[in-house]
Amino acid sequence: MNGHPHIAIASGKGGTGKTTVATSLARVLGHGVQLLDCDVEEPNARLFLRGDVQESRMVAVPVPVIDETRCDGCGECARFCAYNALAAVGGAPLVFPELCHGCGGCVKVCPRQAMRETQRRVGMVETAEADGVIVIQGALDVGVAMAPPVIHAVKAHARRDAPAVIDAPPGTSCPVIAAVRGADAVALVTEPTPFGLHDLRLAVEMTRTLAIPSAVIINRAGSGDDRVQAYCRVEGITVLFELPDERRIAEALARGAVLVDAFPEYRSRFERGWKQLVAIATEHHA
Amino acid sequence: MKIAFTTTGTTLHAPLDPRFGRAARFLVYDTDTRAAGVIDNAQQLDAAQGAGIQAAQLVARAGVGAVVTGHCGPKAFRVLAAAGIAVYTTDAATVAEALERHHSGALTALGGADVEGHWV
Repeated sequence: MNGHPHIAIASGKGGTGKTTVATSLARVLGHGVQLLDCDVEEPNARLFLRGDVQESRMVAVPVPVIDETRCDGCGECARFCAYNALAAVGGAPLVFPELCHGCGGCVKVCPRQAMRETQRRVGMVETAEADGVIVIQGALDVGVAMAPPVIHAVKAHARRDAPAVIDAPPGTSCPVIAAVRGADAVALVTEPTPFGLHDLRLAVEMTRTLAIPSAVIINRAGSGDDRVQAYCRVEGITVLFELPDERRIAEALARGAVLVDAFPEYRSRFERGWKQLVAIATEHHA
Repeated sequence: MKIAFTTTGTTLHAPLDPRFGRAARFLVYDTDTRAAGVIDNAQQLDAAQGAGIQAAQLVARAGVGAVVTGHCGPKAFRVLAAAGIAVYTTDAATVAEALERHHSGALTALGGADVEGHWV
C-alpha cells in the first residue's frame, strides 16, 4: 500500500447502500478523510455530508478538429478510430465529438498533420468540506455519456497522504472499473436477495480480475435469505458486517441523515469494518 | 443506381431489417443491371457505439445512391447525407416489397433523421 488506504465501496446491484456505507465510513474516520463521490452520473454523497464548496474545476476531454485546408480526405483517421467517432466518405472526415474517447490516435496517424485537439467539456469536479470530511464530487454534464474522464479527474484530486473512501457507481462496467482501479481494497455492499447475490458474483469477479482484495457488507439483512452468506463462505470472502432491514433506518436516510449520526450504535461496525479492510489491503500488498 | 436495403436475410424475399446501423446485412440492388449482392454488417452488430456511422461508410464504399430501411438516426443520416446518399424509410415487410414501393414512387426521401440517436 502506497501511503494512506484508499478503499472503494462498490456493489454490482444498484441501490444496495454504497453511499450509506461510504458516508458512514467517512464520518467515523473523521477529520481529514476524503470521500470521493465517483458516481458521477448521479452524485449524492453531499446530500448527506453537507458543506461549502471550496474548489470547482471543469473536466474536459480532447477531441479532434480538422484543418480542411490540409486534409486530403485519405480517411486514415477514420480507419484508425476504434470508437467510430470519425467518418470518411470523401472530403474531410466528419467528427462526432460525443463518441470520442480522447485517445489522440487520429492526430498521430494523420499523414498531413491536418488534425489538432480541442477541449470538450464533459463535467465538473467540486471539493467541499463537511465537518472535516473532504468531499470530492464528480458530476457528469447532462447529455454526456462517458463517465470515466470525470471519475479519473475526481481521483486525480485525491491526496495520497490522507485516507480515502471511494463511492463507486453501481454495476461492473467502465465507470466502475475507473472508480475501483488503484484502490487498496473494495467493500462490496449487497443485499440478501437473488438480485443482490447475482450482481455480487459479478462484482467479485471484477475485483478478482483487477487483483484488488475485497470483502462484503450485507445491507437490509433479514429482507431475503442466507444465500449471500453461503456464497461468501464457499468463496472465502469475509463478510465485514450486516446492517438490518429497518424502517427507521430508511426514514433517517430519507431525511438526509448519515446512518452513524442517526444511530451511533452502528459506529463500532464501521470502525471495525474499516480496520478489517485496511488489514486485508495490507496483507494483500505485503 | 445501386440501392442498399437493410435485411436480416440474403435474398429479395428476405425480411427488411427496420434498423440501419445494426442491420444484419445490406442487400445491394442495381436498378440498371437488376443484379443483387449482399454486404455483411456483422462487425457493426457488436460495436459499442457508432454502428450507424460505420454502416453508413460501408454502404458509401459500395457506391450506393440510396438506402431503404426502417429508421435512420441522426449520426448515420449525417454521414449518408455527406456521401450524397438518399435515405428512404418504409414499413415494408420484405426487401422485394420495399423495392416495389421504391419503383412505384411510394417512398419519399427523408430530410433528416426520423429517430433519435442512441448516445447523447
